[in-house]
Amino acid sequence: MNLKRIKEKAIYYFFFLTGILAVIILLGIFLMLLLNGLQTFRDVRFSDFFFGTVWNPSAYGESSYGILSMIVSTFMVTLGAMIIAVPLGIGAAAYIAEIASQRTRDILKTIMGILAGIPSVVIGFIGIVLVGPFIARVFGLSSGLNALNGSILLAVMSLPTIISVSEDAIREVPKEYKEASYALGANRWMTLIKVTIPAAYSGIIVSIMLGIGRAIGETMTVLMATGNASAMPHSFFDSVRTITATIAIEMGEVPYGTTHYYALFAVGATLFLISLGVNLIAEIVTSKYRGAKV
Amino acid sequence: MLAGCARREASDAFIQIKGSDTEVNLVQRLAEEFMKDHQIYIAITGGGSGTGIASLINKQTDIANSSRAMKDEEIKLAKDNGVDPVAIVFALDGLALIVHESLPVESLTLDEISQIYRGEVTNWKEVGGPDLGISMYGRQSNSGTYIYLRDNVIKGDYSPKVRSMNGTAQIVEAVRKDKAGIGYVGIGYIIDDKGNTLSGIKSLEIAKDINSPFVSPLDPENVKSGLYPIVRPLYQYTDGKPKGNILNLILFELSDRGQDLVMKEGYYPVTSEYMEINESLGIFE
Repeated sequence: MNLKRIKEKAIYYFFFLTGILAVIILLGIFLMLLLNGLQTFRDVRFSDFFFGTVWNPSAYGESSYGILSMIVSTFMVTLGAMIIAVPLGIGAAAYIAEIASQRTRDILKTIMGILAGIPSVVIGFIGIVLVGPFIARVFGLSSGLNALNGSILLAVMSLPTIISVSEDAIREVPKEYKEASYALGANRWMTLIKVTIPAAYSGIIVSIMLGIGRAIGETMTVLMATGNASAMPHSFFDSVRTITATIAIEMGEVPYGTTHYYALFAVGATLFLISLGVNLIAEIVTSKYRGAKV
Repeated sequence: MLAGCARREASDAFIQIKGSDTEVNLVQRLAEEFMKDHQIYIAITGGGSGTGIASLINKQTDIANSSRAMKDEEIKLAKDNGVDPVAIVFALDGLALIVHESLPVESLTLDEISQIYRGEVTNWKEVGGPDLGISMYGRQSNSGTYIYLRDNVIKGDYSPKVRSMNGTAQIVEAVRKDKAGIGYVGIGYIIDDKGNTLSGIKSLEIAKDINSPFVSPLDPENVKSGLYPIVRPLYQYTDGKPKGNILNLILFELSDRGQDLVMKEGYYPVTSEYMEINESLGIFE
């Protein structure tokens, strides 16, 4: 019995240590980004950095370090992806959880697993050769390498996350809610729309937040498919260059210890804070959801 | 004396070359051909022009391949380190401006190219084409070609509307799909194995200024004669004047056989202008 206690203690401390380690690593990453990033502001004004629209560190003339158009681009592509993926994802989740037969459900879940496993470079390639040219043809544009292309691809990439988390949420709605609805004479469709989905609301919000997190940090696909023009976008048909793409493109060329080098860290720190915010919202909503259920 | 001779030959029988990724395949090809006739081993690695130059400064390579001239501070650093960089131009790299094959624009001056990429000219009708917005494609800022064109042709900042592509092949792919597109690529990328231009695109005829003739980069004669204006020299740097097998390698590269290989690989032979610069080094006796 004593041995068992020791074993349990050991297991407890092992997981405690791994947890602590994860926190330390996260803090370390953030501190590194922050400390390096802050050096930027010895040469660049804070307001020029966050509100400047021209990012051109390797300029012919004077370098400029404004990240606003990058941030707008990132949010635009993410927003576009969510406009496409959220209705589709919730619909698919409701179908899988409530309507589909066991067999269909199994098939759909397998397909989703495969979809989630496609490497982002392959999705990006599809964006270049298939989706982009299609967009260009449909809308009569000269090129389909734009924010819309990125949005569509990111929507596809975040669908598996949104569907599986939403499906869990919809499934966890207590049977009594639905039975009560049926008892009042509502049909299956009305019950789903008016009772089940609203009851799963917080779980669905979490799924959307996770989807946003997936989309906002994606690099390879947007790098390949959105055209990478650093100008401020005015519509979804403009080429955009996101935060992640900028870091990926420029990290390889930048000389160590220059303003450009530090600026990339500052850009990374900004993205880190945005992701942190999104995850925090997801976490708050989840804990509220759990609290409500007890 | 015999022993001394053998040792000298042994140290001379291994040449190390580092640097430019643009040059690495070409130099590999040339070296393979050279090794067929010489008892010598040549090791070639890429890593970029900067890497090659740094290795030369640190005396870690015999030859540094570089697709750009060494900067003043690099030369100073080398001299401080007891290295005396000598530059030899062994090939030229031509840049073509490509557009969609259906675009009724055949030629541009350097000034027009500059205005397009600076974002001052935004419609093809301003340069004699149809009423169509220009969509520009270029490389990312870590590309040597991006820097070369910026410093030598654009002479200013690229418009932020230029789409920066991951590689030259992507520029070709994009322009092929874009009726209003323009892009810059190394000649080697738009010619297939049989020497024909790839389908879907065409390369523009370029003139240095309005008083110069418009010439195509597809005819090597135009590059050789210096009429085609967008070519950059490809350098090899050695520490001091090349001697022994290093000199033999360079002489082979500049020979007719070497220059033929250069052309087969999609690059251009050294023009008389650059040959004179090479000769002024006094390494050929």
